[in-house]
Formats: sequence, structure tokens, C-alpha cells
Amino acid sequence: MLVESIIKASNLVKKFGTFTAVDQVSFSIASGEIVAFLGPNGAGKSTTIKLLTTLSKPTSGFVYLLDNDVVLHPALCRKTFGIVFQDPSLDDELTAFENLEFHAVLYHVPKSIRRNRIPYLLQFVELWERRNDLVKRFSGGMKRRLEIARGLLHHPKIIFLDEPTLGLDPQTRNHIWEYLLRLNQEEKITIFFSTHYMEEAERVAQRIIIIDHGTIIAEGSPAALKQQSHSETMEEAFIKFTGKNIRDEDISTADTMRIHRRLWKR
Amino acid sequence: MTVIYVLWLRQLKRYFRSKARIIGSLGQPLIFLLAFGFGFGSIFQKASGKNYLDFLVPGIICMGILFTAVFTGLEIIWDRQFGFLKETLIAPISRFQIMIGRTLGGATISLFQGLLVLGISYLVGFRITHWETFPLALLFMILIALLFTSLGTAIASQLEDMQGFQLIMNFLIMPIFFFSGALFPPTGIPKPLEFLMRLNPLSYGVDGLRTSLGVISYFSIESDLLILGSTTLLLLVIGTYLFSKIQI
Repeated sequence: MLVESIIKASNLVKKFGTFTAVDQVSFSIASGEIVAFLGPNGAGKSTTIKLLTTLSKPTSGFVYLLDNDVVLHPALCRKTFGIVFQDPSLDDELTAFENLEFHAVLYHVPKSIRRNRIPYLLQFVELWERRNDLVKRFSGGMKRRLEIARGLLHHPKIIFLDEPTLGLDPQTRNHIWEYLLRLNQEEKITIFFSTHYMEEAERVAQRIIIIDHGTIIAEGSPAALKQQSHSETMEEAFIKFTGKNIRDEDISTADTMRIHRRLWKR
Repeated sequence: MTVIYVLWLRQLKRYFRSKARIIGSLGQPLIFLLAFGFGFGSIFQKASGKNYLDFLVPGIICMGILFTAVFTGLEIIWDRQFGFLKETLIAPISRFQIMIGRTLGGATISLFQGLLVLGISYLVGFRITHWETFPLALLFMILIALLFTSLGTAIASQLEDMQGFQLIMNFLIMPIFFFSGALFPPTGIPKPLEFLMRLNPLSYGVDGLRTSLGVISYFSIESDLLILGSTTLLLLVIGTYLFSKIQI
């Protein structure tokens, strides 16, 4: 049976000066598939996600979302996906409802649709009661849930999640994955996510792609990858594929600012 | 149009929800108004025979607009660092729409700030004598607000973080303010300084506002409008271009 390819990356390269962050990356994701994109710090995960989601242009190579070239037709591609970034990207000074409404307008969701869609999604992520609260009063988990609701607002075919459960407690992580799996089953949304939680990847993903030093080093179902590396757990398999060396990743300015903000609030 | 409207509305909501920001941004103009207005008032009166407060108020209104406009333009840096810029850049809308929405939002806030300064000036004794030209004064205030919000956006598009903020303040914004004729007339000063003031677009904004509020005029109102209007347009184009080049 021919499976429809909804995301297609072909020989993707991204260079920053002399440094190659992404090097000849190619893969294809089928419609409705759940794919985990794993790699150590600085392996090229976030850069690849930026390339897939039009936030950054590739040095060479192609990305197609639903057969549309992301470089040639960025606006068309942007309508097809939702995204939850690694760092929060909500407006803290707006309420939960206002954040969703703002997003709906940017994505040209008609008023007649957003009138029902926003309450539905806020109830879906269990934030309806807090809809009129400013986002700055939300916990990390609530913000994540709101970002997921926002990412789904315009009925995307694909949702990209860049470490969506980073720093969240197990209960919240569990909740978030329950929502996403329900969405995958009910709305047939394709899920492409990166994470450092191996057990999460193993539990949720149908396929895992491992990237290191900008190139794809392994690909397959969690069971196949464990078998291939003669490992008991996915974490063990991951270490066998990527090695035991600790990777350095520069702290970004955004991280520094966040630390300062937290200290200032104390 | 709706996209531009929500971007504009977002700026306004953020501003009006931050009471500390509104009050805080009035501090500087108020200090200048009181310290300079009453401190130099008698000296100015003796030297020129004119009321210094009448001369100073249009300059301080411009100051309020200038600082607020540049800061709202620079807000892009915060949005970039705290992630919200990604949300707008990834939406299926043009960068031009984002730039216009943000600039109009910033300019509206700055105009409001300018009107607040005008209101405070009324409390300390300033009076508008030519209400018939007040719409023209509003036009100058709008142009100044648009010009410097665009400048802020253009600068912010080139900055990754707030590290360069002091540099911009000390070597761009403060000189723009001090060499605009806001505090002293652009006549009887050393030639290089006069030349600098003539290069400064805010000089024409200050002069245009003074003329339209019926205080005093150093340049013609036509040249004020022409230079300020064309610089605003130029900065809008530059700001839009630089904003369109932002990569996250």
C-alpha cells in the first residue's frame, strides 16, 4: 500500500559560517505517523525543526510539507502545521483566551469557527476555567497545555513539538501525551517531536529518528532500534548509538534572560 | 487588515495593563519639565523676553514620544528573547503586515504618552493659544511617533539581545533629543552644532509642534512637514526591510 508522505526532507544542509549544524539529512514521514526525533544536546534537532517549519532557510536541500516546498511557499506551508516550541512563546501579558484569539486571527481562522474552536480547545486542555487569567500567572505545565491548544487551533495536519515536556512533572507529561495521542487518533494529526526522555519516545512514537553531529545515525521503530543495538531499554540504545561523551551546548541569550527574570521576580 | 488590527491591539493591551510602565515613562519628561522649566525659566525670560515653559513644553512632548516610540520599537528584542516573536514570524502572514501592525501600535502608545505630557504641562501652567492649528500639532506628534517607532524596530531587527541598549541610548537617542532644539533654540549656537541639529529629523518635529501650538518657529512649517514626513517614510521602508530579514 502506498503511504502518503506528509513531511519530506531531502539532503538538508544548514551551515552557520564554517559550522555545519545539519548535514545531508533526509527522511520521510507518513500522514498520521508519530515520530520522535532524538539526539544529544547540540546534535541538530532544533535546527532541523526550524528548517522544517520555515523559521530558518536551508543552506541546501529541500523540505516539502504536503508536497509544498517550504522555501518557495512558506505561507502555504505555515497553514499546514502547528508548533510547540522548546521555549515558551506565549504572550504573558495576555490572557489564555486572548493568546488563542490572537493566534486564530494570524492564521485567518474565520470568526464563526474560532467562536467554537477556542472554547473547545481550552476545555480539551482543561484550561477553560482559567481562560481570563493572564498567562504570566500560569504554571509551566499550564503554559505547555495552552501552547498545544494554540498549535491545534487552525486545524493543522502536522504538529511539531520541540521538547514539549521539558521540565514538567510526570503527571503533566502524562496528561500532555494523553491529549496528543487522542488527537492523533481522533483527528489523524501527524506528530513530529523531539525529546530527551527516552521512555517517552519509546512509549509514544511509532518511529524514532536519531540525529548526531547533524547527520541521521539511526532510524526505525523503538523495538527495531533496541534490537539493532542489542539493548534492553531505549536509553541504552540511544547511548550505544550516540556514545557516552557529554555534549556541550552553549547557553543561549534567551536562557540567560530567563534566569535573570526569574531572579528578579524573587 | 484584521491581522494589523490584532497586532496593534496587542501592543495597546500590553501597555495599558502595565500601570508601572505608564507612570514610569512619565517620570523623565516630568523632571525635565520641572527642573528645566522652572530652573532656567527666569534666565530665558531675561535673555529673550519669552516664557521658557511655552518654549520647553513642545520639546518635552517630543521627548515623551521619542523615548516611548524607540522603546516600543525595541520591544521586538524582548519578544525575540522570550519567544513570542516566533509565534508571529511563523504565522502565514507577511512580515510587512507584522511591521505595520507593530509600528502602528507603538506609535499609538507614543502619541498617548505625548498627550499625557501635554496634559501634565497644562497642570504646570502651559496653555495652547492656537486651538485651530491643534490638528496640525497632532499630525506632527503622529509623524514623530511613527518615525521613531520605525527607528526602534529597525535597530531591534539588528540586535540579538539588550546588550547594545546602553549604546543606543547614549550615542543615538540622547543626542537626537539634546540636539533637536527641544531645550534650546537652534540659533546663536556654534556652526557644527547648528549643522548637526539641521541633520536631526526630530528638530523639524519639535519646530513643527512649536509652530502648530503657536509658540515660535525657526523653520517653515512646509519644510518641517516635508522633512519629517519623508524621513518617516524612509525609516518605515528601512525598518520593514530589516524586519523582513530577521531569522530566529
